[in-house]
Amino acid sequence: MQTSTVFLTLLALCVVSFFVGRHKSRLIGMAGGGLQSLHSLPTHYGYMAALWAGLPALLLFVVWLAVEGSVVRSLVIASLPAEVRAQGVDQLGLYYNQLVGHAVGNIEPASLDATQLAASAVYNEVMNYSRNLKMLLVCLVAIIGGMLAVMRVKPDLRARNHVESIFTWILFSCSFIAVLTTLGIVLSVLFEAIRFFQAISITDFLFGLQWSPQMAIRADQVGASGSFGFVPLLVGTLLISAVAMLIAVPVGLMSAIYLSEYASRRFRSITKPVLEILAGVPTVVYGFFAALTVAPFIRNLGESVGLSVASESALAAGLVMGIMIIPFVMSLSDDIISAVPDTMREASLGMGATMSETIRKVLLPAALPGIVGGILLAVSRAIGETMIVVMAAGLSAKLTINPLEAVTTITVQIVTLLVGDQEFDSPKTLAAFALGLVLFFVTLLLNVIALYVVRKYREQYE
Amino acid sequence: MTTADAKAYGAVPQEAVGLDVQDHVDVADYQTIGEPYVENAKMSARNVNVYYGEKQAIMDVSLDIGENEVLSMIGPSGCGKSTFLRSLNRMNDIIPICRVHGDIQLDGEDIYGSGQDTVLLRARVGMVFQKPNPFPKSIYENVAYGPRIHGLAHSKAEMDEIVETSLRRASLWEEVKDVLDQPGTGLSGGQQQRLCIARAIAVSPEVILMDEPCSALDPIATARIEELIDELKERFTIAIVTHSMQQAARVSQRTAYFHLGKLIEVGDTKQIFTMPRHELTENYITGRFG
Repeated sequence: MQTSTVFLTLLALCVVSFFVGRHKSRLIGMAGGGLQSLHSLPTHYGYMAALWAGLPALLLFVVWLAVEGSVVRSLVIASLPAEVRAQGVDQLGLYYNQLVGHAVGNIEPASLDATQLAASAVYNEVMNYSRNLKMLLVCLVAIIGGMLAVMRVKPDLRARNHVESIFTWILFSCSFIAVLTTLGIVLSVLFEAIRFFQAISITDFLFGLQWSPQMAIRADQVGASGSFGFVPLLVGTLLISAVAMLIAVPVGLMSAIYLSEYASRRFRSITKPVLEILAGVPTVVYGFFAALTVAPFIRNLGESVGLSVASESALAAGLVMGIMIIPFVMSLSDDIISAVPDTMREASLGMGATMSETIRKVLLPAALPGIVGGILLAVSRAIGETMIVVMAAGLSAKLTINPLEAVTTITVQIVTLLVGDQEFDSPKTLAAFALGLVLFFVTLLLNVIALYVVRKYREQYE
Repeated sequence: MTTADAKAYGAVPQEAVGLDVQDHVDVADYQTIGEPYVENAKMSARNVNVYYGEKQAIMDVSLDIGENEVLSMIGPSGCGKSTFLRSLNRMNDIIPICRVHGDIQLDGEDIYGSGQDTVLLRARVGMVFQKPNPFPKSIYENVAYGPRIHGLAHSKAEMDEIVETSLRRASLWEEVKDVLDQPGTGLSGGQQQRLCIARAIAVSPEVILMDEPCSALDPIATARIEELIDELKERFTIAIVTHSMQQAARVSQRTAYFHLGKLIEVGDTKQIFTMPRHELTENYITGRFG
């Protein structure tokens, strides 16, 4: 019995409940002297029946799916002989996975022993039983729920309000899912990071000036002393973000000013979408643009004036990242500048101020909080950006503020630590989670500041 | 314009008395009743026509504003009085589709002439708007804005003096002298409008244009602004657009009645309100429409 079958059956039961509930309410209404004698419309009674049929059964279904695996596992393991169960946790896990693999048909029976084959038969039996029971129970709950609702249909039942409050709860639980997901991400990163900090002291991580996360796998390996100083990564991240913001903020802000104050409506209607296309270009495309076009160009330019430029430089990555962020800054600033009331413009122009005086002395100060908020959001994006930096800025964790050298960032190191086959008990891999945690806090802090700034000054000119 | 025409216009519901209707108006044979010209004219408009795109908003208006007089412009919504006011300091230039034809002079100098600088013009012809619109800056900075732009003060002390004088002339000084560093947007509506007047007079304009300056204010604040206008006319020439006929009667020496883009009648305020000569004027001031 497939999950989708259960789901479709449930849906069908809801539809049936809807029609039954609506029909019954109509009958009752007609008997009581017209539909006006009912508190709610017949469809509300229908919705109520459908929700009563659907929601408890759906809840049961979800809970069942969540606990099914572990219950079946413990049942199957209980059926195993005692000497097998006496194995260590890891061996038992492997043993169990093999027999499940056979049960679902992925592993040839030849590689298993007789107990496993027997147990896999038990597994199949239990699973089969579980599926049938699940189907039965879900349908039963749905039918009971639907019937209860239909039985309650009376002229004075406030089905409309009832449906309304159920929908409020559905909306609430949807928004709760987003909160839970965030919490889940933070916690999973946090726990792995704590494991990392058990191996590497937190002060070494936060204040160390050396980043070379190669760990010795065997005791006799040479040249592999892991050091996890996070400062070079932070400096690299800030350096590239600073270069990016130096490009994005002036260009984005000034194009926003041009578009909102000077450009004709026609020009604006063409230019704004085009600039917003820039925001739609995948970052990996920006990445190879940076690596193959901008970086060599900067290196050649640097060499022609006698500077030594690394072929992968913070400057190249920052420049391209800045270009990527331009539409972001522009779009936000444009909205904010346009939102400054026209009366401000008229007041200033009416005093004999020129357009640029008006922009500098009235519009920008009035729009400043919003612009600062937008810029801080853009900084968060720059800090979190990975692809461009992987391709254009390199991997060497050098502690430098010279933008002509290759640097690396927090996100790039997370990527390199986690790609490929990794052992998840080595500090090298776990370091990725510690970096992720720090990154999370940095961007969170910036977002909080941005929100604070925006909120504090938002209504100033109203 | 014939009486039959006038009846037809009178029948147009107020919402429809807008720019659309004017397409059907014959401009050729209308003549302003009363005396639009004065001897000591500060500003004089001759045969002014204003268009928004294809639509004509002002038709062949000729009108003088005398030195140190208060001229009020009244008329139903959409009659073009605000448009006319805004063409006196070229605020209409901001609207891309707006064209002004005709001749408007300030002290005998064509303000639409090729050598005319709108920045200087607007410093000489200031404006106060319908809704109080102080900048989101401190009270001090609001008043100091214009003098700063035009470089009128050479020291902090001079600026302080300009700010104080302007606020005194706008009869706001006593109320705000201790809170000059507070945002101007925090004042009450009437105070904000007086702040805007102080801001306008801080650059020592010669003419002040007021576009329904009291329409967003309560009666008490309105009374204060009206008193203020009375004092200001000693120093400035004032043109005020208003929807309140009582206000026009109280503050102005001359009154101009606009109707559908035309200047129907102009004359001494007392005469306009006691003995209107044109039927449209009479209908308007007696409240038959508008």
